[in-house]
Amino acid sequence: MVPIEIRDVSLIYDTPGGKVPGVKDVNLNIGASEFVCIVGPSGCGKSTLLNIVAGFLEPAAGEIRIGGKKVDGHGMDRGVVFQDFAQLFPWRTALGNVTFGLEMKGVPKDERERIAHEQLRLVKLDKFTGSYPHHLSGGMQQRVAIARALAYNPSVLLMDEPFAALDALTRDDMQRLLAEVWRETRKTVIYVTHNVSEAVYLADRVIVMTPHPGTVKAEIRIPLSRPRDPLSVEFLDFQKELLRHLGHETGTNEPTKTNGKADA
Amino acid sequence: MQDAVTTIMVDRTLDRSQGGERIRLIARNVFPFVVVGGIWEIIAWSGIFPRRLFPTLEEVAASFVQLTITGILPHHAIETLIRLLTGFALAGIFGVTIGVLMGRSRRAEDIFLPLVSIGAPIPGLAYAPLFLLWFGLGNISAVLLVGFVSAFPIIFNSWTGVKAVKEIWVRSAQAMGADDRRLFRHVILPGALPYILTGLRLGLAQAWRILVAVEMLAAVPWGLGWLIFGARKFLNTDAMLAGIVVIALIGLALEKFVFQKIENYTVVRWGMISS
Repeated sequence: MVPIEIRDVSLIYDTPGGKVPGVKDVNLNIGASEFVCIVGPSGCGKSTLLNIVAGFLEPAAGEIRIGGKKVDGHGMDRGVVFQDFAQLFPWRTALGNVTFGLEMKGVPKDERERIAHEQLRLVKLDKFTGSYPHHLSGGMQQRVAIARALAYNPSVLLMDEPFAALDALTRDDMQRLLAEVWRETRKTVIYVTHNVSEAVYLADRVIVMTPHPGTVKAEIRIPLSRPRDPLSVEFLDFQKELLRHLGHETGTNEPTKTNGKADA
Repeated sequence: MQDAVTTIMVDRTLDRSQGGERIRLIARNVFPFVVVGGIWEIIAWSGIFPRRLFPTLEEVAASFVQLTITGILPHHAIETLIRLLTGFALAGIFGVTIGVLMGRSRRAEDIFLPLVSIGAPIPGLAYAPLFLLWFGLGNISAVLLVGFVSAFPIIFNSWTGVKAVKEIWVRSAQAMGADDRRLFRHVILPGALPYILTGLRLGLAQAWRILVAVEMLAAVPWGLGWLIFGARKFLNTDAMLAGIVVIALIGLALEKFVFQKIENYTVVRWGMISS
């Protein structure tokens, strides 16, 4: 897998109310096969940054290098998973969705279906290969989306709050599943979330961003061994530390009180 | 064991109630026709209109059977159907192409939208004399007019459909390496299909309206419009009504066996619209 370098990246949004800085002077080095979570309140530029790495947005200044190669638009070295369940193509079955990237790549039919079956097995959906998205639950649709982003074997996986719209129980399952998938595939992952416990559960390193303008405020390494126990003391300590960084920004002196806010 | 018996009994009751449901559904659909038919018969028998101008349903049915057996009605119907489908096919091809182009390209939108916006509200029949002068009496005028007039709703809906394709589908497809051509074929077209089908359906209704009217004007030798119009000379109201019945039946058949089938196989199966 490959490292990602984010160098002096800035982006300014042109809105009717004037120019609004999206992200400002962001510098990040992400190691090969590293799982990085970016957390922060709404408007801190975390999704903007992800979209720049994905190539959907062009930075006003700075550059992104993936495996040493400068990013110029979207490319098949990156797989993207969005928050919206509607990202799947309703006119294609789960299998058809997963084969899409391989089809674009020109992989022969038999081969791409074999790979798609494998990917769907990885996300535990091998019984639903022939189902259309509207027959799948939200959690299942997001699993198809993950399989779809992995199928054409990108070296980087970019995830924008993929589980934010799921209920809490499903979200726990999905986090466990994603941790497993990551262990098996060893992709370099950038995962955007506003859920602190999710970040501590998944990440090697958590980046805290703050808004106006979106900048990196803190980086916290999570050296806990996997699988992680969300109720262990160490886990909760990291969670507290993260909340302290976030709570400071919301102006409260009582960091634990912001738990609900940061988690919402 | 007890459970099994109960289950079977429950199943039976379910079956019966489902059968009853179906009969009730049919009854509900048939009821308005029975009422209108009854009123029709009362007027026909009451002598308010001369019987010749307001035949009873039996006479219409007899005339329908007679015209069908002699092959006159099928001949008219086939001529009309060929014109309808040729004109509609033209409208479909050009309408979808122009509409999709408008949705995809700003320049095409700038060129076509004003033209289409002005052209669409004009009643199709207003163009008829022009087409008859340009292309003469007969099939060519009829087919071209049908194609021209029914293209408008198809253009509008295809355009809207392309505009309504979700940005997230486009982004996903691009992230997975789709170039413009394949984005169009694998995302834009299926994504816009619910709207395109609606446009085609409206276009077909439009095609019917203009075709029957123009058959009355264009002095074509065969066709349902001509049958209905021509029958007035001989006060053949039963033949007129038989022609109207055939129009209704063809319309119903196209809706049931073409449009609904296509929808069920595509957008309904994909959950993009509910059946």
